[in-house]
Amino acid sequence: MSDLRRTALYDEHRALGAHVVPFGGFEMPVRYGSILREHAAVRERVGLFDLSHMAQYALRGAGVGAWADALTVNHVATMRPKQARYNIFTNDAGGCLDDVLFYRIDDGDDWLLVVNAANASKMWPYLLASTEGYDVAVASHHGTRALVAVQGPRAVDVVAPLCDLDVAAMPYYSCARARCHGVPTLIARTGYTGEDGFELFVDGGAAVALWRTLLDRGRAFGIEPAALGARDVLRLEAGMPLYGHELDETISPLAGGQRWAVKMTKPAFRGRDALAAELADDTYDRIAGLVLEGRVPAREGYAVFANGARVGTVRSGSMAPSLGNKNVATALVGKDASVVGTTLEIEVRGVRHGATVVPLPFYKRPT
Amino acid sequence: MAQPTGLLYSKEHEWLKVEGEIATVGITDYAQNSLGDIVYVELPRVGAELTQHANIGVVESVKAVSDLFSPAGGEVTEVNAALEADPALVNRDAFGDGWLYKIKITSASMPDPLLSPEDYDALVTEGAH
Repeated sequence: MSDLRRTALYDEHRALGAHVVPFGGFEMPVRYGSILREHAAVRERVGLFDLSHMAQYALRGAGVGAWADALTVNHVATMRPKQARYNIFTNDAGGCLDDVLFYRIDDGDDWLLVVNAANASKMWPYLLASTEGYDVAVASHHGTRALVAVQGPRAVDVVAPLCDLDVAAMPYYSCARARCHGVPTLIARTGYTGEDGFELFVDGGAAVALWRTLLDRGRAFGIEPAALGARDVLRLEAGMPLYGHELDETISPLAGGQRWAVKMTKPAFRGRDALAAELADDTYDRIAGLVLEGRVPAREGYAVFANGARVGTVRSGSMAPSLGNKNVATALVGKDASVVGTTLEIEVRGVRHGATVVPLPFYKRPT
Repeated sequence: MAQPTGLLYSKEHEWLKVEGEIATVGITDYAQNSLGDIVYVELPRVGAELTQHANIGVVESVKAVSDLFSPAGGEVTEVNAALEADPALVNRDAFGDGWLYKIKITSASMPDPLLSPEDYDALVTEGAH
């Protein structure tokens, strides 16, 4: 019927009553019951996600830093062992091929690269071709290794008792090898929800036992399985880009709001000239955060206007429970329209609704 | 899952409760469950003349926009004002407090063809496989 793949946890999702949709080449849960309930669990307590559809590539060799630094906007070679870092592969025009996470697992030139499932069919051949001439060996574990994320203020309470490592002491964006529920695990204090949390990389064969144990032990802390629908709302509130929305091959990291990750101090990398020109000119369209008036949600593709003139397009939109159920959106708009405080209009089914540009992120967790 | 009796159903998952010349219209429990958390409902204005099968509004969940089709023709006499502040009423009580609007059906616009509870149940049971 189709070429869709399933993660090691597919039967668990079905047993939990998940609504399953095609996503990035996999049959993935979009929600178990209520997206809003799953969202609240992550913001207030803890949620458990299956992210095994994301592509995990093992990188090994003394050349990983040099190779990656030549193709991405952020620093890689300077990463310390046990560090995780967000990065973006760019094309010659400065557009984004993919946004990714690099994990430097240890000082033995052992790395993990996690790319978006939707881009895996593009990125895998790109990695194979571009590493030629570098001391870099790549191996794909896409779909064979599992990834579960435990996210929320109580995540540490759920994960810590299962691990032979003091995960509470792990800094944000660090990673470490440990045993979790008795099986070898790469634990990272990373996530895509705006909350504290952990991502646990394990062999696919160990995923079901780990998943069940996390749900079981997490019950005391109010854990809920959470799926892609909640994750999209959580990441949007937290101002995190989603490839295909805030970033794509025609949207640069600068336009996509990821200026912080672009290290122009690197002397050379693919797309650097285009990005330097974009920075110097500074007239490019860019992602702005919008809070809408009224109850009509903004959706991807809706037109954005300033003083009656078309200035851009909505790229993501949702009701935002963490902002008192206001509707929020990101839109790619002209520079003038992106200024915080600007009043814009979003056209929904022929009617224009007011919106105000606000700083991103929409939501920051209480510290 | 048995469907409430005394209602007519459309293939677009709306229900219709006819009382005299007034029909109350909503979406079915199957429909609200397929949509998930409903965050916005856009309904026709009171006084609007609806033609059967016309696209007359939307129901929006967190994830998606779904069109509403009129299961019958007629003039809108009332809309469920409570949905403006609490659209999730449709999730909680699709066949009751989550009704959408009422229309005055003229004899020329009697709903046809609509499904019986049994036929609608067969439709959604089939769709579940």
